[in-house]
Amino acid sequence: MSQATLTSRRVRYSLAPWARAAVLAVCALLTLGPVVWTVSTSLRTPAESFDLPPTIVPAHPTTEAYRGVIDQIDVWLLALNSTLVTALIAVGQMITAGLAGYAFARLEFRFKKPLFGLVLATMMVPLQVTIVPVFLVLKSMGLTDTLLGLIVPAFPTAFGTFLMRQYFLGMPRDLGEAAMLDGAGPWRIFRSVYAPLAAPGLAIVGVLAFNYHWNEFFRPLILETSGQNYTLPLGLVSLQGNLGTGSVSVVLAGVVLSMLPAVAVFVVGQRPLREGITSAGVNR
Amino acid sequence: MTNTRIPAVRPAPAAARTAVAPARRGGRERGTRLLASLFLAPTIVGIVVFTVVPIAGSVVLSLFHWNVIDDPRWSGLANYRETFGDSTVLVSFRNTLVFMVLAVALQLLIALALALAVNGRMPVWLRSVFRSAFFFPLVLSAASVSVVMKYLFNQDFGVVNWLLGLVGISPVPWLTSEHGAMATVVLVYVWQQFGFSFLLFVGGLNNIPKEVHEAASLDGATGLRKHLHVTLPLLSPTLLVASVVGVINALQVFEQPYVLTDGGPGDSTRTVVMVIYETAFEQLRFGTASAVGVLLFVLIMAVTALQFRLSRRFVHYQ
Repeated sequence: MSQATLTSRRVRYSLAPWARAAVLAVCALLTLGPVVWTVSTSLRTPAESFDLPPTIVPAHPTTEAYRGVIDQIDVWLLALNSTLVTALIAVGQMITAGLAGYAFARLEFRFKKPLFGLVLATMMVPLQVTIVPVFLVLKSMGLTDTLLGLIVPAFPTAFGTFLMRQYFLGMPRDLGEAAMLDGAGPWRIFRSVYAPLAAPGLAIVGVLAFNYHWNEFFRPLILETSGQNYTLPLGLVSLQGNLGTGSVSVVLAGVVLSMLPAVAVFVVGQRPLREGITSAGVNR
Repeated sequence: MTNTRIPAVRPAPAAARTAVAPARRGGRERGTRLLASLFLAPTIVGIVVFTVVPIAGSVVLSLFHWNVIDDPRWSGLANYRETFGDSTVLVSFRNTLVFMVLAVALQLLIALALALAVNGRMPVWLRSVFRSAFFFPLVLSAASVSVVMKYLFNQDFGVVNWLLGLVGISPVPWLTSEHGAMATVVLVYVWQQFGFSFLLFVGGLNNIPKEVHEAASLDGATGLRKHLHVTLPLLSPTLLVASVVGVINALQVFEQPYVLTDGGPGDSTRTVVMVIYETAFEQLRFGTASAVGVLLFVLIMAVTALQFRLSRRFVHYQ
């Protein structure tokens, strides 16, 4: 192979990045465009909300729509419900997954393998398939149309347990053995040696739980029948109405408000979120 | 390391140690078992009550006629026969399969192309901007996204048709025609989901050693050919994961058709999970809904098994 062909190939390769960056930029624009449109339309007057071409910066920016959404639906109640449900589920999952993950990783007990197999197998079962019996179980407990009915069934997390088991397995065994020789019992070893090291793993479980349950629609739709127990996604869909009769800018203002916490988590917790999503895919 | 430390922490005489150790070890094992059962209880009890029992419950319920108000009546396989005779249910399975094929194919194709593009040479900050942008829709709620997209895909006032109008395409009846509605559901779903496969592919590409690419380039492989013959085989385990997860998720699609089209026009975008929802919670036919649920579960397992089967021929592990 001559020097000339090598060079020409390199030249062609170095031209590509511009074309590639352009294609990527167009795709990024298509991805973020609807989000930008949502924000800017929420700041327009209702009369201008269908203006074409859509202007990114509204001609007469106004927060009228935000006042409208507060008048038309009880946004604060929806937000409170969503926050309560999501926060309790996230904390609950961090606790159950942390404890069970530790047991599977570091404690010896009977039926460890079949129990872990059971946990893994339930990762394969889609929620939609079991929703009818789950609804009946909750009904028998008197938990339908309550926020608790959304929260409690979400505490056990097969994936979180798996993730935390891997996380604890990755910690050096020497630490626990040294503490044991110093006379620490199994609880002390967990409490003072391993648990303090688990924070990054728990962060992944928590952020994933937040992202999933803040946006959850199917279970609330089935379980919550009275408006006072609605979560944000449910409230927004009912605000738009089946025929799309809700005022556009008002509905979009609601969407923006409901997006804010998710965006905050995206900014602050992007790394654990990305790691969680990727490992969720790889291990599912 | 442990070998050198052990003598240092053993000051007690040998005789005393052997006397104490067995009793203490027995206590320790009991303590460990107790701790383990306490630690496992919330997860195992929860999984049994909210997953294992409901699976069995689904199968049992599918053999009964039950409207919640009256007592359940044993019906054998009648619910399944009913299901196979119900055109809405059959159409929903067809729609779901069509949706799955279109959505997963499009999602994987876009994600793969973008992952390869992002993986090329570019400034670090630019790469992380692109990566964040493509991953962003994943943190939004599918229901809210569908609410927004319903406006964007509006035939008369929607931005999508306005954009198409700029390049001379006449307004598409996105939500009001059968093919248009399915296309919209697919596009909205893929818009939100491709970031997931994208992240998987970016991770997979990072795991391919640089030397492999350099060796391939030296052998004269470039561009598309290099990707086809070198990158893709090395990425095939990730491709398998992305398509398995993609298929499982796509077969459960609900929010997008529920908000965008409510299954219409006609039944053209009614999916299996929508039918489960409507049969159980609108028509109160819990037995029939359970039968549809069991069938969906079987379908998911079958398609997943098929993918692993086929993967033996296409997937290369390093």
